[in-house]
Amino acid sequence: MDEKPVVLVEGLHKHFGAAHVLKGIDLAVDSSRVVCVIGPSGSGKSTLLRSMAFLDPYDEGRVFIEGRLLGYRETDGKRVRDSDRNIDSVRSVIGMVFQHYNLWPHKTALGNVTEALRVVRKLGRREAERIGVEMLAKVGVGDKAHDFPARLSGGQQQRTAIARALAMRPHVMYFDEPTSALDPELVGEVLQVMQELAGEGMTMVVVTHEMGFAAHVADEVVFMDGGEVIERGPPDDIFKRPRSGRLREFLDTWRSRTI
Amino acid sequence: MDFLGIISNHHNAFLAGATMTAVVSAVSIALGMVLGLWLAFGLISPNRLIRRASAVYRSAWRGTPILVQLLIVFYLLPEIGLDVPPVAAAIIALTMNTAAFQAEIFRGGLLTIPPGQVEAARMLGLGVLHIRVRILVPQMLRLVLPALVNETISILKNSSLISVIAVTELMRTSQQVVSVTYRPLETYMIAAVVYLAMNLVLARAGAWFERRQAPAAAR
Repeated sequence: MDEKPVVLVEGLHKHFGAAHVLKGIDLAVDSSRVVCVIGPSGSGKSTLLRSMAFLDPYDEGRVFIEGRLLGYRETDGKRVRDSDRNIDSVRSVIGMVFQHYNLWPHKTALGNVTEALRVVRKLGRREAERIGVEMLAKVGVGDKAHDFPARLSGGQQQRTAIARALAMRPHVMYFDEPTSALDPELVGEVLQVMQELAGEGMTMVVVTHEMGFAAHVADEVVFMDGGEVIERGPPDDIFKRPRSGRLREFLDTWRSRTI
Repeated sequence: MDFLGIISNHHNAFLAGATMTAVVSAVSIALGMVLGLWLAFGLISPNRLIRRASAVYRSAWRGTPILVQLLIVFYLLPEIGLDVPPVAAAIIALTMNTAAFQAEIFRGGLLTIPPGQVEAARMLGLGVLHIRVRILVPQMLRLVLPALVNETISILKNSSLISVIAVTELMRTSQQVVSVTYRPLETYMIAAVVYLAMNLVLARAGAWFERRQAPAAAR
């Protein structure tokens, strides 16, 4: 294991207007570890992940990606928002997958995957397409390369989005409720791809409602409620020996729902 | 009623006038599209100053009559030392006018594209300009095509106003024909038919584009 965590979050605070949605979050994600963030809707877990990517700028605290501060420059104790170029550079090792896939509908599955390869990594068309086809095959949609997203099922679209992120060779993958928008019968195929990724040693942060996935795949589970981390630990402790009342209540609600 | 006589004697003049109408309209629409795109992104800019400035421009050009704009541009340019021919003044005025309307059309289209698409692009390291040109604009143009055809038809019709600054387009040609034939009714009806024909071609072209784009634009 590397000495430095891939992602290090220190004392993160975030406000949306008057609402205090993140209240001092600390988190360290070491290389090849899978951290699942669970919690009720509105607990701040998606905001945490978005702040860790600087899609939602955080107000206080720090996010380090492989040791580099994300989003701000600090000089003489003052901090200013970093340039877009530096922000892009720091987060170039992050791959992100969203709840609503966010594929570009006017490009084919392959076009979605090759766009950044060609423009950001400046690969030639042939090389970009070779990688694109390889990534689509890896997530099981190799035969859909030339289809537009509208022709794909939700599960196929989400797997294409995963391929798009993987093509950039990220060192860490963020998943923001990747199966929440899917029909129930399509959830499994996406979770399976994610599980395979974890098995290959990909460092992952997964915000999810899939307790089964968290229990089986996570190295650490973080339970959030009301903008705070209430409890964290190995999945066995979190799911079998919850210490806090709020986590017990959350798990009870979830169990009663799944019966 | 002597349509055939007027047409056979003056068809070259009508053709030249219609050509001028088409060229001025097409150039204005095309230049207005470029300006309108910048303006549309200005209208939705996170920067308040840019947003305000864009809104002021939009409101000023949308809220005054084209005829007034045309005359102001025509008389203002020589004042500031730009001695341009009337046709250039006409193109400038129509361009600046249609830019305001196109910007509003584009803004509406851009707002329907889910912001998540931009976030995904940002996370992949794509730059703002690239995202606009390759991801937002192509989708938006498909969405706003019908409105854009409408605006093009508007400009083509409103280009008749530039006859007042002595640009010999279809309207002014018709006036000249009237002054030698003394047949205003027939002459203006011929002009109307030519305008209608050009606009029908535009509408057809728009419908063709829409059909061609439909499969890829579906979500």
